[in-house]
Parts: sequence; structure tokens; C-alpha cells
Amino acid sequence: MLAESLGLSAILFVIGVVGVLTRRNAIIIFMCVELMLNAVNLTFVALSRYYGMGGQVFVLFVMTVAAAEAAVGLAIIISIFRHRQTVDLRNINVMKG
Amino acid sequence: MAFDLSQSMQLIAALTPDIIMMVGGMVLMLVSAWGTESVERQRRVGTAAIGVCIVSAVFVVYFMAVHATAGSGVIAVDNFRWIVDLVLLAATAGTIALGLDYNTREGILPAESHVLVIFATSGMMILAAARDLTIVFLGIELMSIAVYILTGMNRRSEKSAEGAIKYFLLGAFSTGFLLYGIALVYGATGTTSLTLIGERVAAHQIMSAPMLLTGIGLMLIGFGFKVALAPFHMWAPDVYEGAPTPITAYMAAAVKAAAFAAFLRVFLEAFAGEIPSWHVAVWWLAAITMVVGNLIALASKDIKRLLAYSSIAHAGYILVVLASGQALGSSAFLFYIVAYTLATFGAFGVVVALGQSGEPYLNVDDYAGLWTVRPWLSVSMAVCMLSLLGFPIFGGAGFFAKWYVIQSALYAPEPQTRLAVLLVLTSVISAGYYMYVVLVMFMKPRREVNTVSDPRSVGAATRWVIGLSTVILLFLGVYPNALVSLTQGKGSYLRAPTPQVSQVVPR
Repeated sequence: MLAESLGLSAILFVIGVVGVLTRRNAIIIFMCVELMLNAVNLTFVALSRYYGMGGQVFVLFVMTVAAAEAAVGLAIIISIFRHRQTVDLRNINVMKG
Repeated sequence: MAFDLSQSMQLIAALTPDIIMMVGGMVLMLVSAWGTESVERQRRVGTAAIGVCIVSAVFVVYFMAVHATAGSGVIAVDNFRWIVDLVLLAATAGTIALGLDYNTREGILPAESHVLVIFATSGMMILAAARDLTIVFLGIELMSIAVYILTGMNRRSEKSAEGAIKYFLLGAFSTGFLLYGIALVYGATGTTSLTLIGERVAAHQIMSAPMLLTGIGLMLIGFGFKVALAPFHMWAPDVYEGAPTPITAYMAAAVKAAAFAAFLRVFLEAFAGEIPSWHVAVWWLAAITMVVGNLIALASKDIKRLLAYSSIAHAGYILVVLASGQALGSSAFLFYIVAYTLATFGAFGVVVALGQSGEPYLNVDDYAGLWTVRPWLSVSMAVCMLSLLGFPIFGGAGFFAKWYVIQSALYAPEPQTRLAVLLVLTSVISAGYYMYVVLVMFMKPRREVNTVSDPRSVGAATRWVIGLSTVILLFLGVYPNALVSLTQGKGSYLRAPTPQVSQVVPR
């Protein structure tokens, strides 16, 4: 059971990473990041069957932090939208990098 | 004084400086939300925030003076933590002081900009104390989320918003890597405590070696993003350029110091048993970061971008400490962050002092002939540049900072001679841009129209930050022993615990 759960969470994590690297819409990138965090949560829950409560407590922390991050992140996306009327990163390039 | 961290009251007592920052931050947040925004309110809250830093610093110094120690637990109570805390608190006070004048000039009215710095610092202090991967994660996030907002604090500036979104997306992305690394390390060892992980790794009591190595690799990537190591540095120049200048200084100095403190503690305390497997990766990261940071900085003309690339190069120098992988390294690291923080704040202080509303003149060539109109600012800038370069005497403590790093590389159990040579060579390259700034200020004629060198009055807080950083830098350049005795004191060294073979792997 452990191997399957870890494999599933690894696949979810990779999907998230590929999404971040290939998509250019800020909101979709953010959703992919959330997918990565949830893959980690799945890993922790699967492992905590073997090691006890520690992993599940960590999942609660991750969910709390992800919620705070979402609040701040969406606010930042709104503030860039007010300047550019778009959330497409291809168009957000005042600076060189 | 010894704390027993298994008792909650003693744990709280050991966290006093951090809790003061958090409670102070919350009270100030309420105060700043209560009433209308105005310049006076922003300045008053900022001054109070500096006061909170001072109160917290008093407790840190007290714990240092009584040689507080603690048994094993989720946080560390040692000299390493206290010195990092002092650097962070000094950087915070400097950021807020620069922010007082900068925000007034740029019309950034929300007083919360100072309070968020306090929140970010409380996260960094937690990070410096963390001896458990849960605390490392919470500290990093507490720090990062506040800094994402601070980057975008100048709502009218498009660059600020763009910097914020880039920092946020890449920061959250890197958190994912760090977190997955933590999960895999937890899976391999069955614990999140750094001490226990260290014991189990050293005794090879792990569930699966590939899982542990993947975990270490992912954590390396996560930390690499946070401290801006090449090739994970792509966000740094844009974010540093877009953020308000005091916040840029804060990110270059404090965020880097705190993330490195946790980086070193995790790798030297928990993963010391696996040094052979991660050493090569750290070696190459350090080498690439030193070369890339310095070469791109040579091509930069914008002063904030230049300092951003220089800060990437300095991350490479600090990583040499980790590549040497031994106890002497952590004291070299402590000396380095003190010198680097002072020089960074001096340099950015001058950038703030010379800036105009909207910051139109940030090209290095706009500083031409600064010596003739602002002699003291030019001298301070020159001292900071020479310090970042590592020049003896005139560069103050910067020389000794690099000296100790090179020493820690050469006297490691396995001497890192090639890395030390590379450090010296890349420092020579860095003279190309640091000396250019000095040359432009002192040797080039002043431009006629609209340059930054037009004489204007500089705010008192900014003047204090520049003056204090320069004077302390020069003082430590002559009497480095004042600091060395602290950084080499008892409890300054990070060490892996000795393995206890009797323990069994959890089921």
C-alpha cells in the first residue's frame, strides 16, 4: 500500500512541476503549485501509517500555510492585473529577466 | 542557564525574543489599522517597530551573556542562534529606518509596511532556532509570505507588482520542492527532529537510501531557490530591482542570512553522515554560483541589479563554508553574515539617500562625480564596495570575512583547495564592478543635468544607517577579534551528534 501511495504522490508532484514549467497563466501556475503541495500532503499521510501521528500533524501545518499563501498570492495576482489587464506571464516583462 | 525544552513553559521562555517580535508585530498591526493612513502615522509605527527590535535584542544579548543552553528539543539554544538573531534584528532595524524616509518620499502610506518586516523577522528568528523540519518549514513560510507582500508594497509601481508576482510564484514553487524533500527525509528516517535524523543517518538506520538521497536533493533545490544559488537565481535580479529599495536590502541581507542559517543547520546537523553523497552537488553549486554571479554583475549597469548579482555571488562564497563541511565553517559563516549585512545596508542606504521620487536615476553612471557634491556619501559607498570586494583596511571587515571562509575551506578535513582558489579568482573578477562604482564616484566629472548627485538633504534615519554600518565595518576591519571571540565562542559550532548505534529503526 505504501509503495502505491508514494508512487501516486510522486506522479502528482511531477504533474505539478511540469505544469509550473510549461504553463504561462499566473493562476494556472499557482494551481499547479497547490497540486505539488497536495502531493506532499498525500506522502505525509501515507507515511504516517507507518510512523505515527507526526506526518498528519505536518499535513495540518501545510494546509494552513497553503491557505495563507493562497490569500497573499491571489492579492498579488489582482495587483498585477490592475496594472496590465492580464495575468499572462508572457506579457509581464517590464524588467529584463 | 539550561532550558528543559520538554516543558512548555521553559520552551516558551527559550523563545522569548521570537515571541516578543510576534506579539509586538500583532499589536502594531492593530495600531496601524486603527485610523487613517498618513505620513506621521507611518513614521510613528516605524519608530515603535524599531523599539520592538531593540527589546528583542536585549533579551538575545541577555541569553548570550548567561550562556543559555538546552537539552534536545524542537529548537536550538546556542550561540549560533543568538548571533544570527542579532544580525537579523540589526538588519530589521536598518530596513525600517531606511523605510521611514523612503516610504515618505515615495508616498507609501500604509504603516503595515513596517509591521510586515517585523513578522518576516520573527519567521527568520524561528528559522535560525529550528532544530526540527516542521519548524524549518514554518519559519521559511512565515518569512516568505511576509516578504512576498513587502516586495509588492509600492502599489503604484508596475515594477513592484511584477517583482512580487515573480517572487511569489517561484517562492511557492521552491517551497514545494523543500516540502517534498522534507516528506521524503521523514519517510526515510521516521522523524522530523534534526538531532534524531542525524543519529539515524550516521548509523545507517534508514528505511530506504534512495528515498533519503532524493529528499536531500530536493531540499538542496528548495534552499537553493531561497538563497538564490545559480542556477536557481533567475528570480533574484528582477525581484531585487522591482522591490522598494529598503526591502531589497532586507532580502539581500536578512532573508539570505536566515535561510543560510537553516540551510547550514539542516545539512551539518542532520545530514552530516551523508556528506560524501551531497558534497559534490554543493561543490558545483558553489563554483557555478560564484562564477555566474560575478560575470553577470560585470555586465549590469543598474545599481540595484548590480547589487542583486553581487548578492548571488556572495551566496556562492557562503556556500563554500558548507562545502568544507566542518565545524570551523559555521563560525566563518557567522563572521561573514555580519560583514556582508553591514556592507549591504551601507550600500543600499546610499542608494536610498540619493534616490528621487520614482527612482529614475539608478544607473551607476548617474553617480559620476558624486565625490564633489556628496563627499561623505561617496566615502561610505566606497567603503561598502571595498568591503564587499574584500579589500583590506579600507574595506573593513570584508577582508577578514573572506579570509575566514578561505581558512575554513583550506583547513577542512578534506581541504577544498580548488574551491578556495576559485573564490579568490572570482573575487578578482568582482573588482571589475565594485571598483567601477568607486571610480565613477571619484574620478569621473559630474554630469550637468538631472543626475542623482544634485545636493539634497538626507533623512536622519538614513544617515544613521549609513554612518553606523560604515563605522562598524571599519572598526571590525581593524579589530576583528572583537567579533571573532563571539563567533568562535562556545555553542557557535554546528556539529552532528555522535551516532548511538543502540537505537532501532522505527517500524
